[in-house]
Amino acid sequence: MSLTFFAFFAPFLAALAAPVLVRRMGAAAGWVLAVVPALLFVHWWGFLPEVAAGERITGGYRWIPSLNVNFSWFIDGLSLTFALLITGIGTLIVIYAGAYLKGYPTQGRFLSFILMFMGAMQGLVLADSFLMLFVFWELTSITSFLLIGFDHKREAARRAALQALVVTGLGGLVLLAGLIVIWNITGVSEMSLLLATGDTLRQSPFYLLALVLVLGGAFTKSAQFPLHFWLPNAMEAPTPVSAYLHSATMVKAGVYLLMRLNPAMGDTAAWATILPLFGGVTLAVGAFLAIRQTDLKLMLAYTTVASLGLLVMLTGVGTEKALAAAALYLVAHSLFKGALFMVAGAIDHEAGTRDLTKLSGLRKAMPVTFTAGLLAALSMAGLTPFYGFIAKEEIYYALSGTWPAHAMLLIVAVLANALMFAVAFAVGLKPFIGAPVETPKHAHDGPVGLLAGPLLLAVTGLAAGIVWPLAHSLFADPAATAIAGQPITIKTGIVPHWNAAFMLSLVTVALGIAFYVGLGRLRAIADRVVTGIGWGPDQGFDQFTRGLLGLSVATTRFSQSGRLETYMTVTFASLAAVLLLPMILGDELPGVPAFPQARFFDWAMVLIAAVGIIAVVWAKNRLTAIVSLGIQGFAVAVIFMLNGAPDLSFTQFMIETLSVVILALVMTRLSLTPSDHRPTGSKVIDLVIALAVGAGFTLLLLKVLERPLDPTLATFFADFSGTVAFGRNIVNVILVDFRGVDTLGEIGVVMIAGLAILALIRIRVSAAGNRREMREAK
Amino acid sequence: MQTLILRTISPVLCAFMILYSVFITLRGHNDPGGGFIGGLIAASAFAIYGISHGVGAVRRAMYFHPMAIAGFGLFFGTLTGLLAYFTAEPFFTGKWAFPDVFGVTVALSTPMFFDIGVYFVVVGAITSIALALEEDHH
Repeated sequence: MSLTFFAFFAPFLAALAAPVLVRRMGAAAGWVLAVVPALLFVHWWGFLPEVAAGERITGGYRWIPSLNVNFSWFIDGLSLTFALLITGIGTLIVIYAGAYLKGYPTQGRFLSFILMFMGAMQGLVLADSFLMLFVFWELTSITSFLLIGFDHKREAARRAALQALVVTGLGGLVLLAGLIVIWNITGVSEMSLLLATGDTLRQSPFYLLALVLVLGGAFTKSAQFPLHFWLPNAMEAPTPVSAYLHSATMVKAGVYLLMRLNPAMGDTAAWATILPLFGGVTLAVGAFLAIRQTDLKLMLAYTTVASLGLLVMLTGVGTEKALAAAALYLVAHSLFKGALFMVAGAIDHEAGTRDLTKLSGLRKAMPVTFTAGLLAALSMAGLTPFYGFIAKEEIYYALSGTWPAHAMLLIVAVLANALMFAVAFAVGLKPFIGAPVETPKHAHDGPVGLLAGPLLLAVTGLAAGIVWPLAHSLFADPAATAIAGQPITIKTGIVPHWNAAFMLSLVTVALGIAFYVGLGRLRAIADRVVTGIGWGPDQGFDQFTRGLLGLSVATTRFSQSGRLETYMTVTFASLAAVLLLPMILGDELPGVPAFPQARFFDWAMVLIAAVGIIAVVWAKNRLTAIVSLGIQGFAVAVIFMLNGAPDLSFTQFMIETLSVVILALVMTRLSLTPSDHRPTGSKVIDLVIALAVGAGFTLLLLKVLERPLDPTLATFFADFSGTVAFGRNIVNVILVDFRGVDTLGEIGVVMIAGLAILALIRIRVSAAGNRREMREAK
Repeated sequence: MQTLILRTISPVLCAFMILYSVFITLRGHNDPGGGFIGGLIAASAFAIYGISHGVGAVRRAMYFHPMAIAGFGLFFGTLTGLLAYFTAEPFFTGKWAFPDVFGVTVALSTPMFFDIGVYFVVVGAITSIALALEEDHH
């Protein structure tokens, strides 16, 4: 068993240990648990030299060989970069969460969820087989549901959790369909093999179907407009969750998928139209809505939506420069956004509020937090020598290089970047400067656990910029190579050159400063626009769920009357229709059969059965009717016996006996009148239905008997039940051996039906008991 | 229905029916019978005993809750199917053994044990329904 295989399960094992550790050691458990992601980070780091040299590593085990499903992994520049971000930032997040939720009664559960999520996310990006990817994909949805709804006593948290689960979970199912379509087109179920299929997918007539389904998964997960609404709502989660899931990892799963599939699906007209369109709109809408917020976390959440749009857009543009820009921005964004979220959380934790309008002058009280926030903001703003600068330059290179094809995208990118510039400093600078104000809590820097994460991420963003050739060769180049499917070397560095991209950068900075200064006025405008529109997808989601609930209530009311009589009438009327209509409409009624040549004792039994049935109809008393029904049943059982079917006859006898007993017991409990007093009209309807069902079965059997019996199965079982299954009773051998699994299912049904009936009887008893008690109380 | 004749004869009748149900179940592989029909016979035996002596007497005589018996049957039946797992064969592959017991060759097989599981499920489920129905009306 290889270490890599174990690495897939390590986070889940740590998740098991988390509650116990927290109970034993309290908040210090965060430091201990962080060892697991840290070790994973080291493990994946070990692959860097090979991957940077252009290697692609695959491995795994056969899981379900008969279905060609494997537990396999695929490590290349893209998945390794993601794995390092997930485990690296994960380590910091676990430490941060240890301090952030210190003393919280369910902290152990929280750390457990976070580690589970990490395991799911790590599996998602490293999975080679489609089904494994899907399983981990849905696991991230489920764990994020648990994390968003962590504070489950608040209604807003529950709603946000459910919303995220519905949107991303549905997307996951659509993705599954997409992956199966790809599987069917190409015949491969592994990412590594898919990348080697060349143009197969692109030239398939089902390409568009596969694309739309895959996009359904990617766009929901990566919060593309108009499905972006769940992401800002997910800010109900504790801040460590927002910093981890909703900036650096989970929401990038959709982007990851698109990047992963780019070599196999990209570079088509549909790809290059849909992705930039949705990405561009998401970028614009996200950046615009971010300005409107005053809550630090919500501002960051909307810029995350914008950044995801930017990444999708760049993946869609698909030129070498654009893909390189996407790889750079992916890394830079994870670093600065994770840091800024943690800074926002630290402010909230230590000052008691994260409302921008109530925060000012914290630089003296929280110097370290301020440093981290400022460094991250500088990177987000795209200033040199930070890594964010390189990413932004590359974006402008890419979009201006193909002038004027992407002019519209370029304008959107510049405007959105300027808005994000303003937001970056609104979060990383504004709360710290100016005159100190009174905050709900006496503000001061948090403990080491709250500072280590943001500071380390922010400093990494700076360091990666300073040693950019190294950072490029380790992460950005291999990742861009994997996305493009051909070698890419990024040359952009931190030293600005006088060209179009740099000019655009200057425009962005100038606009950004203007936006930052006029933030209040801009917010008022944005607010007025949004209020003017009045409706958003978030309300749409509520309307949709309400409509769905209303539909199901209406359907239930219509189809479930609760009256046994109605159910029986509908059931038997449908049965009669199913039996008779095809025969009549298809003109397949049987011919008139010859008069049967039966022995006198056969006739005697038929006569007894007929007498039984007449007695049922004639009986004045319900109990008499039930017993008379038994007479008919026994007569039929004897007919089976006379015609050489002892097993059938035997079972029929027992079933008849028990049905009479049970029906009689039920009747005595139902407190019905002894006889039937319904109006004649309803009796006639029942009579017609009964005759129709009887006629249907008779005609069907006659029709069946018109054809010669196909003896294939009979011969097979007669030949093999003795030799293969060592039994002479063919019926029994079929039941317990040839079709044993069916029988297992059937006894399961018997068991469940028994439990259900028992429960129903109990409900009646306790309802009757309650009524009695109430009477006595009166 | 608590007539003297029924009350006197029903324990004997019930005992014979249960004995017969076991016989029917075990011979099922080669002659008419099997777990399902055997279970139905045993269930009607318990129903008769319940009608004549009351539900409490049946519950005492059965010792276990009938649903527990049904649950055991389902569990046991599934286990017999899982046995094939140890020889890396598909679920429910039949396994046979012919041990010599006091000079008589006895045929043991997983289908037979599965049939016994079916027997327990049917006895348990039907009896628990019948007893629950009888209970309130006494």
